[in-house]
Amino acid sequence: MVRVVLRRLIQLGVTLIALMTLIFFWLRNLPGGPVDALLGERATPQTRETLIRALGYDQPIWVQYWRFVRNVVTGDLGNSIRTGEPVTAVISRAFPATVELALAAIVIAVGLGIPLGYLAARHRGRLLDNATIVVTLIGISIPIFFLGYLLKDWLTQGAHVFPPSGRISTGAGNTDVTGFFVLDGLLTREWDASADALWHLVLPAVTLATIPLAIIVRITRASVLDVLDEDYIRTADAKGLRDATIRRRHVLRNALLPVVTTIGLQTGALLAGAVLTEKVYNWGGLGTLITDSISGSRDYPVLQALILLAAFVFIVVNLLVDLSYAVIDPRVRVR
Amino acid sequence: MTRPGGIATLAEHKRRRIDELTARTSGTGGVSLLRDAGRRLRRNPAAVVGAALILLFLVIAIFAPLVAPHDPVQRFPELTSRLTVDSIPGATAGHPLGSDPLGRDFASRMIYGARQTLFVGVLATLIGLLSGVLLGAVAGAAGGWVDVLIMRITDVMLALPSLLLAITLVALASESTQWTVIVAVAVVNVPVFARLLRGSMLAQRESDHVLAARALGVRGRDIVTRHMLPNSLTAVIVQATLTFAVAILDAAALSFLGLGDPDINRAEWGLMLGVDGVRYLEVRPELAYFPAAAIILVALGFTLLGESMREALDPKNRR
Amino acid sequence: MRAPGRQAYRRRTVIAAGVVTAVAIGVAGCAESDRDGGGKGGATGGTFIFAGAGDPKNFDPIFNDDGESFRPIRQMYDTLVTHRPGSADLVGGLAESWSNDPTGKVWTFKLRQGVTFHDGTALDAAAVCANFDRWYNMKGEAAQSQMIYYADVFGGFAGNPDAIYDNCKAPDAATAVVTMKKYKGAFPGAFALAAFSIASPAAMKQYDADKVTQSGDSFAYSAFATDHPTGTGPFTYGGWNKATGEITLNRNPGYWGDKAKVDKMIIKVIKDENTRKQELRAGAVHAIDFPAPADRKALAAEGYQVLERPAFNILYLGINQKNNPKLKDLRVRQAIAYALNRAQLVQTKGPGGSAVADEFLPGTVLGYAPDVQKYEYDVAKAKQLLAEAGATGLTLNFYYPTEVSRPYMPNPQEIFTVLANDLQAAGIKVNGVPRPWNGGFKDDVQQFGKQDLHILGWTGDYNDPGNFVGTFFGRPKPEFGDQSMTEMFTAIGAADATVDQQAKRAAFEQVNRDLAAKWLPAVPIWHAPPALVTTKNVEGLVPSPLTAETFNTVSITK
Repeated sequence: MVRVVLRRLIQLGVTLIALMTLIFFWLRNLPGGPVDALLGERATPQTRETLIRALGYDQPIWVQYWRFVRNVVTGDLGNSIRTGEPVTAVISRAFPATVELALAAIVIAVGLGIPLGYLAARHRGRLLDNATIVVTLIGISIPIFFLGYLLKDWLTQGAHVFPPSGRISTGAGNTDVTGFFVLDGLLTREWDASADALWHLVLPAVTLATIPLAIIVRITRASVLDVLDEDYIRTADAKGLRDATIRRRHVLRNALLPVVTTIGLQTGALLAGAVLTEKVYNWGGLGTLITDSISGSRDYPVLQALILLAAFVFIVVNLLVDLSYAVIDPRVRVR
Repeated sequence: MTRPGGIATLAEHKRRRIDELTARTSGTGGVSLLRDAGRRLRRNPAAVVGAALILLFLVIAIFAPLVAPHDPVQRFPELTSRLTVDSIPGATAGHPLGSDPLGRDFASRMIYGARQTLFVGVLATLIGLLSGVLLGAVAGAAGGWVDVLIMRITDVMLALPSLLLAITLVALASESTQWTVIVAVAVVNVPVFARLLRGSMLAQRESDHVLAARALGVRGRDIVTRHMLPNSLTAVIVQATLTFAVAILDAAALSFLGLGDPDINRAEWGLMLGVDGVRYLEVRPELAYFPAAAIILVALGFTLLGESMREALDPKNRR
Repeated sequence: MRAPGRQAYRRRTVIAAGVVTAVAIGVAGCAESDRDGGGKGGATGGTFIFAGAGDPKNFDPIFNDDGESFRPIRQMYDTLVTHRPGSADLVGGLAESWSNDPTGKVWTFKLRQGVTFHDGTALDAAAVCANFDRWYNMKGEAAQSQMIYYADVFGGFAGNPDAIYDNCKAPDAATAVVTMKKYKGAFPGAFALAAFSIASPAAMKQYDADKVTQSGDSFAYSAFATDHPTGTGPFTYGGWNKATGEITLNRNPGYWGDKAKVDKMIIKVIKDENTRKQELRAGAVHAIDFPAPADRKALAAEGYQVLERPAFNILYLGINQKNNPKLKDLRVRQAIAYALNRAQLVQTKGPGGSAVADEFLPGTVLGYAPDVQKYEYDVAKAKQLLAEAGATGLTLNFYYPTEVSRPYMPNPQEIFTVLANDLQAAGIKVNGVPRPWNGGFKDDVQQFGKQDLHILGWTGDYNDPGNFVGTFFGRPKPEFGDQSMTEMFTAIGAADATVDQQAKRAAFEQVNRDLAAKWLPAVPIWHAPPALVTTKNVEGLVPSPLTAETFNTVSITK
């Protein structure tokens, strides 16, 4: 086990360094970039030259790379072009927003997905099953930004049930402790802020949950069907074990393995979905940051750090999924 | 459980599934399995609906110039004369769906949209497929350090979620054209196809018909091209069908993020939905609803057919 | 009308009801606070929430060059000279009056008495001179590279031969005398630029304002710029919550002018125009900037106030004469002008209040000529001119930006598509080249001049023809390609250097006539006024042509 973890950590390091180098040289070869983004429309050619010198772009590329590596190793990922804040501060602020959103989406997707998938499998071929299949198929096929727009149009503009954007009401004056607004409200006993944040969370979380929900339903259904087909279930059945016991002890436990993998894989997809969802709801998390750092502003230091972070998170999550395998399925531990 | 997950858990899932599939089919011969699968496919209503949707889509795409009432990029005086920044004329004589935001015939754009969407989807899928298949075949056939290297590269690519990778690629492209989008969407699928094919090849290396061919003295390259590749193709086709749906959805998402095809003259559903549809949702919701419905139906068609094919090819379902 | 702080959605929920009460009580509490000189009419107190379109960079005026940064800066600082609300006319700001000597080099400012900075220190001539000296003597390329307006207007820094600033003297506490090395047409208008706001020298010293440090591909600013902006404006800095995108500004009870009517204002950053509109409808904000042109009519119909700013911008089709020799022929450039159906573009795509432009500056600016040659849409004429010039079958590379929206160019892709369509109809083949705004467009067009045609524009900074015409055509630029248009450069330079205002007007009128008839280095397309939208209960918000609103006059009625 320790060796597996160690090997993964080395892999992680190698992947990150490779990505870092690739991104660095790539960004240096793009047209426009930091100089354009920093200058706006009114700069004189002299200002432009001053800026190029100030940023060290007049120096040889290997000098720039060396400086970049030195900075990254010391934890300095540069500053946002837009606000001049350290990139690490920008990202660590956006991070809880996305995690809060993603967690809510996972809760919805898992909480609804596993029971629905299980029920569909138990009622195979019947109305519930067929309806579930059709709905989940549409859920996979709908562009989620469009779904977000529809939900927003109906529920925030037509009927003012939910707020149209943001994480909390403007001027709410909530105390920021952890960056997780719902949690912060509980910690500081600002119940109203918590409720307000939760209320803002509903539509974005539902939008983001659509695809993982559909996938989890389908995987659970397929997996439960597979397990129901297995010999040991038939044996258990034949032995006369009670239905509930079979379900709990054999079916669900065994069927859950691929579902856990899927949930792990969906974290990556969630981040991608978050880019769209956060743009629709002006969420202000990592997704918003990605869009903002590319579209229009070309805030390359932020983009660069985000790519590294995304790779990092994805690899770590996969590592965790592997470990959870070991917990759920004892056979894995042998290796 | 051969190996505890990994960076490419998804790909390995597929690999395992394909390994199993290929191993079993290789004994009985691929042809009868395909025939068998085809028969089961025809009996599956989901597959029939999926195929019908795709067929309709293909027919419209291919015969667009015959079906469409007008040129999709022409601006019509009778439409522009009533067009302002905050109102877009609806249906009139000769223009059954009215105008788009620039005074062009919306119905014709929807119809030609099938063609452009097909173009983007097919190319994105094909480029991803061919590069992936090439990489996977090389990895699977060569083995050793080549295999390890290629698989590490796909691992790195898989380290980023697909749409995110596409967004990054567009951001990192030095130009933004329709091809930037197509390639970005395609590259995302390269590692999936590579893994898929490699898994299938590995399984076949030890299978009866390959061993038989080798015993008969067939050259290594011929074994790969004549025996192993064709056998892996079914799996690839199934995956490609599913990929197509994702490709057009990703292209639409890129357009929505402002990173899609910049040429708004091009009638492509994702572009129409992601740019005009969203911008003019209140002024004329049809501009969003129609392309969205078209995208959903086509994505649905390809998903239905792909899933049914996969199911039909699964030996467990053979009765 | 739903009032912010009482969002309708909340009424439907029991759980959120407490928030409503809490906010309502907060508002009521504030409303009772004492009020000194609230001005005429309108309720006072409360919080005014304004939705802006982007993050500010920082709050040190001199290191900024964009509207989203200047929005909060204008509330916290004052300039020596300022604009009469709703116009581009100059009136006294921190200086009650100003004058210049006949050479146009020496500017004397009579300062307002009794004005104090937010930190309590007095605004006097020494403080004004400290600002001018600070700018001129700024050290370090990192800092200098961020002083974009300064470098443009003042020509450079200490030690640079092009720098036009000489010195600033304070003969007495109420008089500041700024001396330049040469006359520049930009003054006095440029003194009103928000970038040249006067900041507290004590605070700048305390918080190390000049410290701009480079890190990676960007810069970090001082504590003065990020946390302790200290000016004389009607609002004081109350913090920037970046997690929620809220900049809080508090009423400055000691303001020298009209004191703010609201107790507090929040600038909420909402980048997406659609979301700004929705937040306005949900009652979460009182006002939004830059509504989508397509939404203005609907919002007005729903009872919101759509405040159109007088147009002070220009969109033009630039022509680069370098790459295609045919474009050196005036007839070809005129053919391009005739080929464009600008009236139709304005009708179909122009935001409310926009108009076809015949010159490169709005009609309210000095030197606008009433009688320039106009190019009415005429395809036959365009074809004929092309034939005469032997330029039939002309193919042109037309660069246009993506990933950007500008007040003068809300949707560049649509504008390009329409213009390209018109050109094709006249027999000019167009090869469209899209480039991301910061990812190659500005580089390719303004640095390398790769294009034959391009669309670009400008929003004026102050009422001066040099700020428009001079910026575009006053010197050789890769954007327009031809170094040989010396006649044009000379004429504009001479007009800009004219001290006498009547002579200057005449000179620029002639420049504008020649630009249209003789030089035609670009085709003016339209003036497109940006707008603001507010809820019905917002009073006193005066839209500024320069997008330079101050919110001290704003009040919220119940």
